[in-house]
Parts: sequence; C-alpha cells; structure tokens
Amino acid sequence: MTIASQSPAEALVAAPLRPAAPPPPPRRRRRLSQNRWGYAYVAPFFLVFGAFSLYPFLYTAWVSLHRTSLSDIDGGTFVGLENYRNLLQSEFFWNAARNTLTIGVLATVPQLCMALGLAHLLNYKLRGRTFFRTVMLMPYATSIAAATLVFAQLFGRDYGLINTALEAVGLERIDWESGTWSSQFAIAVIVTWRWTGYNALIYLAAMQSIPGELYEAAEIDGASRWKQFLHVTIPSLRPTIVFTIVVSTIGAVQLFGEPLLFAGNGTTSGGSSGQYQTLGLLMYQQGWSNFHIGQAATTAWAMFMIILLVVGLNAVVGRLRARADR
Amino acid sequence: MTITLPGTGTTEVRPVGRAADGAGGRARKGRGGKSGKAGPVTYTVLTLTALVSIFPLYWTVVAGSHTNAELAASPPPFLPNASLFDNFAAALDQAPIGKAILNSVLVSGAITVGTVLFCTLAGFAFAKLQFRGRGLLLALVVGTMMVPTQLSVIPLFMMIADLQWVNQLQAVILPTLVSAFGVFFMRQYLISALPNELLEAGRVDGASTFRIFWSIVVPVARPAMAVLAMLTFLTAWNEFFWPIIALTTANPTVQVALAGLGSGYVPQQSVIMAGTLLGTLPVLVVFTILGKQIVGGIMQGAVKG
Repeated sequence: MTIASQSPAEALVAAPLRPAAPPPPPRRRRRLSQNRWGYAYVAPFFLVFGAFSLYPFLYTAWVSLHRTSLSDIDGGTFVGLENYRNLLQSEFFWNAARNTLTIGVLATVPQLCMALGLAHLLNYKLRGRTFFRTVMLMPYATSIAAATLVFAQLFGRDYGLINTALEAVGLERIDWESGTWSSQFAIAVIVTWRWTGYNALIYLAAMQSIPGELYEAAEIDGASRWKQFLHVTIPSLRPTIVFTIVVSTIGAVQLFGEPLLFAGNGTTSGGSSGQYQTLGLLMYQQGWSNFHIGQAATTAWAMFMIILLVVGLNAVVGRLRARADR
Repeated sequence: MTITLPGTGTTEVRPVGRAADGAGGRARKGRGGKSGKAGPVTYTVLTLTALVSIFPLYWTVVAGSHTNAELAASPPPFLPNASLFDNFAAALDQAPIGKAILNSVLVSGAITVGTVLFCTLAGFAFAKLQFRGRGLLLALVVGTMMVPTQLSVIPLFMMIADLQWVNQLQAVILPTLVSAFGVFFMRQYLISALPNELLEAGRVDGASTFRIFWSIVVPVARPAMAVLAMLTFLTAWNEFFWPIIALTTANPTVQVALAGLGSGYVPQQSVIMAGTLLGTLPVLVVFTILGKQIVGGIMQGAVKG
C-alpha cells in the first residue's frame, strides 16, 4: 500500500497532488471516453460531499453573519460581523480557547512522545508482538463516550479508584472534576489513553520503512543506539511526525465528547466554572443550549481559523527546517 | 510510511484470513528497520502499557458487576461479581441500549457499504482515469480532511430539521456516506496494485468501462476494500458529535444512548458501567476477531480516519 510515495503529511500540508503516471497515451477518441467516465466515477462522492460537506461548510459562514435562533432557523436577521465582535469580547470564548489550548498541549505532547518511544520498543525483535500491537490499539476501538464514562468513574471524588490509590500510598484525595488543572489533566489522560497506541503503530510503520543501510552506516561510524535513534530514526520520521502533530492538533481543537461527558451528565458548561469547557463544547452550548445558532457558527469558524493557522505554521516550520538541512 | 506493493516483502504480521491478506503485505522488518533483540526492560514497559490499555476496559466489567454499595467498599473489589446481569437489566431499563445497538448496526453497516463503494469508484478514477480537473478535484478531496465537523453541523441540522429527519437514522447515515480518507486510501492502493496492462487488456476485449470496474478493478481492490470497511465500521460505530445533535434517546445510536445513561436523577455508577459494557461489547468482540487485520490496516493507511 503506498501512502508514502507521497507522504500523507506532504499531501495534507502541501496539498499539490500530482496525478499518478498517466497511462500510455491513448488515441484521441479513447481519451474522450475516459474523460466522461472519470466524472461518472467521482460523481457519487462529490454529490454527497457537496450536499453534506461543502454546502454546509460555506453556509456556516453565511449563518455566522446572522442573528438566528434554533427555534426559527430559517428566519434570521443579517447583522454583519456582530457575532464575531461579540465572540472576541466574550470571556467565555477566551476561556474556552485557553482551555482548548492547555488541554490540547497536555493531551498531545506527552502522547506523541510516548507513542514514539513505544514504537521504538515495538520495533525490536519481540515475542508476542502481534499481541502487544493489538492490545495497544484496543483503546482506539473504544468509543469516546465509553472511555469517558469509565474514566469519569476512575477519577471520581469519593469512590474513584485513582483517589483510593492515592490515599493508599499516603497522598491526599483530589477532587478531579472541580479543579481547573486536575480536570484538564484528567481529560488529557482520556485522550492520551485512546490515541497513544494508534500513533505508536503509525510511527512503527514509518520506522519499518527506514532503509537498514542507514543504521549500518551509523554503526560503522561508531554511533551508539541512542545516537542512532536521534540521528537516523527521528530525521527519517520527520514527515510522519509532522503529520501526526497536524492530525492530533486538528483533533484537539475539536475536542468535545470528553468534556461533555466528564461530569457524567452531559452538561455543556464544562464544569461549574467552565474550567474544562472547550471550543467544541462552547459551540454546542451556544447553538443547542442557548439556541443562538448564528453565534455557534461564528465559533465554528474561529475553530477552523485556528486549525488553518496551526497547519500553516507547521508547513512553514517544515519548509524552513528542510531548507536548513540542505 | 510503509511502501510495499501488496504481496511483495514477507509479512511479519500477515493478517490471517483472506480479508486483509493482500493488503497485509508490508515492509518487513529485517534490514528495513533497526531490529535488535528486545531486552527485559522493553518487555516490562510494553507489558505495563498493555495493562494500562486494558485496565479501564477490565474495570468496566468489575464496576458493572457489583452493586453501588460494593463499589464504595474499602478496599474496592478487583474481581467481577454476580450482579452483572441485574445491572444489565437496570441499564436496559434506563436507556434503550438494545434498540441503540440495532440502530448502530444499521447505521454503521449502511455507512460502511456506501463508503467502500463510493470511495472505490472515486479512488479508481483518480488512480487510473484521465479527465480534466482531476488534480484539482483530488486536492479538494485531500483538503477536506482538515475541515472540522463543527463547521458543517449547523447547516446540516437546519437541513434535517427542514426535511423532518431529526431522530431519523438517515440523518446520521447520509452525511457520513463518503470519506475523503477512503478516496485517498483506495487511490493510493490502486495506483500500484492495478496494472495498466490489465485495464488495456480489458479494453481490447471490448469491455465497457463499467464492466472493467466490476470484473477487473473490484477483484484487485478487494483487500484494500476490506481494510477500509473495517476502519469505516469502527469509526461509524464510535461517531459521537453529529449523532448527539441529530438524534435523541428516543431513537439513539449506541453513543447517544451512552451519553444519556449518566443523566438520570441519581446516576448509579454500576449501572452506567454495565450499560457502557453492553454498548462496547460488540466492537470489542469484532476487535478480538479482526484485531490483527485492523492493526495491519492502520499501519498501511496511516491516516487518522
């Protein structure tokens, strides 16, 4: 399976995709018939995509310029950029943006580092390697809802296993849900639990495609194992690492299910003082608890802008590094 | 990411069963990576990781099989107990989990069939057919992977409200019927797996393009289709954000039902855990059977669906 001939990172970040090697130049008539058929084959995809993704995507921008209520979704008053002004002046927005950032960092940085280390270990000659790989992927197969409900129980204040364990080793119980850092940490743990094994497998797949000669050459130069990891493995994985950073960041910006269910009852406020309300949750609250659809659309666009910013930054940094390497 | 033609290279985790067999060909470790022998530290760390991966699931069983009072005891119980079925009954009473599982099977099944079919069609065209604007359209497909779901749910909700589809299963099936990742995945596979000579031969024999698709492309694409089907089913089963908006607990998928479990007046931890277990059991069973293939599929696809 090729993915890396055009590494997904490049594909995602740099986007220009060259079509594959064209088939031998056919005669004119055949090309014409192929032409028509090509559109027929991609038509179902683009019809569904156009109706349920592209059109809604653009229409969200239009909605964000209106004061629209959920109870009267077709009638709204055009208010220009008022929703955007309100958003930027809203402390709820900045609170959610801050939380999204801190939870995002807490959830992705340790996660990707651990995944890299685990991939390195999984790459050794190993007994039961299939077992380890499969078990590490089990959290990925568990849904957000299921994982969050279990972890909410484990992090419970009174009877949660984690507090019981803390007490057993002589530490104090923590009211995980009500504290800012503790709740954000707990949510980051859920995300990390679900995705670490998955990312480890992605890194492992990339590691296995590194040519052995690179390591042989490094060994001849007398490089230690650690040096080899640092100077052969990591640079070879760079496109994959960039790719996982981008994908994890997109996921982190959209974080929604974990904070929604962490208190157990699906409240949209993200804790009594909004201590773990994320942008995704704020948008849901604006639209489906406060019925202000226009404002929710504005938040959605803000999320998209943040994603574009991060992806763009990654592309720029990647390009600068590539230039520096040359 | 691994670049191996299916079938080349000795597979080390060769997926058993026909499903992912061809697609299972991956770069072999051997010289293709550092491969010292694992020491005791490696085994210890990996075993610990495996335990951490499994423990929350195991705890679901433990917590779901005790009464609330037993759970609150000190020290807490660590082995499953007899109350499991009472708790199952209570959970089924509190949330329509049976209906939810049936709905989830229907929804995930329909999404899987649609996604695999449409993505194979489009992937084939992008890989092997010439048409104007192909590069641009493909860039559009890949670009959409960056757009968050949140950006389309508002108009989508307005749309299904207009169509009176709120709480109807088609509301969660139709928007998810295609996936950009799937198109890209099938294209990448078919570029290398489908020889142009085979298509030419079909053409010389006078087969229509449609015929060529069914009798040449689909047989070649089958291994990748199986991988895409597994990943799509798993993703569809676990889909959370849009179903929460489009459905209610009156006609839920599993995730919607689970989200509703904790909202009772007196949330009972053991009942919530029993319900979570019920809703997760089907995927865990599938995962136990097909885990190897899913691992292989993710390592080949290496793109978050």
